[in-house]
Amino acid sequence: MKRIQIQTHPLDPIQEGMTFQKEAIDCGAIVSFTGIVRGNDNLIPLEYLYIEHFPEVTEKEIALIVHEAYTRWDFKNCTVIHRVGKIAVQEPIVWVAVASGHRTEAFKAAEFIMDYLKTDAPFWKKEIRVDGSSQWVKAKNTDQQKKQRWLYDGK
Amino acid sequence: MITIRYFGFLKEALGISEEQIDAQCCKNTAELLDYLRNRNTQWADVLSDANIFKLVVNLNVIHDVTPISSGDEVGILPPVTGG
Repeated sequence: MKRIQIQTHPLDPIQEGMTFQKEAIDCGAIVSFTGIVRGNDNLIPLEYLYIEHFPEVTEKEIALIVHEAYTRWDFKNCTVIHRVGKIAVQEPIVWVAVASGHRTEAFKAAEFIMDYLKTDAPFWKKEIRVDGSSQWVKAKNTDQQKKQRWLYDGK
Repeated sequence: MITIRYFGFLKEALGISEEQIDAQCCKNTAELLDYLRNRNTQWADVLSDANIFKLVVNLNVIHDVTPISSGDEVGILPPVTGG
């Protein structure tokens, strides 16, 4: 079972985790990742993040990423929730969970999905700082490198 | 007419989020980018290859040069920064 959700309202990883676990029938492992808005970027205090996306296209691209993970590892359930709009410091921005029979597949698939989500899904972050200035976040080479390793180390 | 949508920092750098242009301008996505870059040096700089991650035609991400015609919508996506 696959669930992909883009939402403007707050994300509650604990509630989502409970729902996810109830639905993970015959699974011996659940791995989840929660991404949280950091309070600063390069020591510049942040007020909040604004995230833009491309409705319909974003969901389709995430579905492709999850499908690619399915072709590599044997897992049963997957949920990806990503917030858009205004997100305050310390609030969750993304939640990815994978349920599988055993832990290795869940760990690997969750990491793969997160790595590709960072580099392939059409989201754009803008930082609004405490001093009133703002700036669109630049894509990081380190994220590309994390994705690249899956090309050589397919599993 | 072809509808063009700009996202992320491209919107602010170009001062536009969406526009419609005459479909006569270009037969495919490569010609469309050339057309936009030829507007002036600012457009050429902002729409440099490094600043374009992917193009989307009618809500489908494309990976190759794709024919476009009147009624189509093209999204221009800068490098993504989600997660």
